[in-house]
Amino acid sequence: MVAKFNPGDKVRVRIGMPPTHFRTPNYIQGKVGKIATVHGQFRNPESLAHGDDGLPKQFLYLVRFEQTEVWKPYTDSPKDTLFIDIYEHWLEPAYPN
Amino acid sequence: MQEHDHNHGAHAPIMNKQDPSKYEKRAWAIQSLLVEKGVVSADEVRRAIEDMDSRTPALGAKVVAHAWVDSAFKARLLADAKSACAELGIDTGALAALVAVENTEAVHNVVVCTLCSCYPRAILGLPPDWYKSLNYRSRVVNDPRGVLKEFGLELEPEVEVRVYDSTADMRYLVIPARPAGTEEMSEEALAQLVTRDSMIGVAKARTDLP
Repeated sequence: MVAKFNPGDKVRVRIGMPPTHFRTPNYIQGKVGKIATVHGQFRNPESLAHGDDGLPKQFLYLVRFEQTEVWKPYTDSPKDTLFIDIYEHWLEPAYPN
Repeated sequence: MQEHDHNHGAHAPIMNKQDPSKYEKRAWAIQSLLVEKGVVSADEVRRAIEDMDSRTPALGAKVVAHAWVDSAFKARLLADAKSACAELGIDTGALAALVAVENTEAVHNVVVCTLCSCYPRAILGLPPDWYKSLNYRSRVVNDPRGVLKEFGLELEPEVEVRVYDSTADMRYLVIPARPAGTEEMSEEALAQLVTRDSMIGVAKARTDLP
């Protein structure tokens, strides 16, 4: 399995509320960020936490968001950032890249 | 059975303050079943709790102090924190991955788990109550500077405040900046400057010994 995204890629977080143990906070859904790190592959908590095997493993990424892009308005320093771990199936490419 | 005739003095009977909660009862029921079915033994459960209770921020402080005095170790810690901890004889367990992030003049990292209370317990022990509070978890992501100010930490606008929301398999350890004027201190003394809160990122390291 090859990671779909590479560091620097612009991604948008999918929106959804599945009835499972999903690990994508509501506040970041729909927001655009950039891949900071590819952490590797991990068992999917959305199946693992419900007694299944969590397979196939999912790529997990550290995604960097600009605070000014996440909160409107964010009135503190424009340098401030949020780094969040998000599984691949919650990300889609954001254009223009 | 021995005669119960020694003198207690007067005291109220020792009783539970309240009935166990629904979740305590459920946990006990599950544990009893697991033991009964031979999946785990009561002694294994006891040992796991004993191991958890033995973990304190002193472990993280030891790691940070070593990183301060040994830049090659710091590089290894930033690249692979679990292996670096193992070098110091610290077993970080099999469950979660550990990532160390460094506070510098340009970047200040602070860690939260907005979804629950993920925390690098293997090297910091149990999280403080405020770390698990809805107040901290909901506010540090959208008003980090305001929250840090409440902890007594004010940062210049030139510093990038970087909030880590540990939502998944990663656990984050902040390496606070080494205070100026500590060049002559021993590694053991330096470790005393590294507090729990400085490794979560809501404070800087102490500048003098406690």
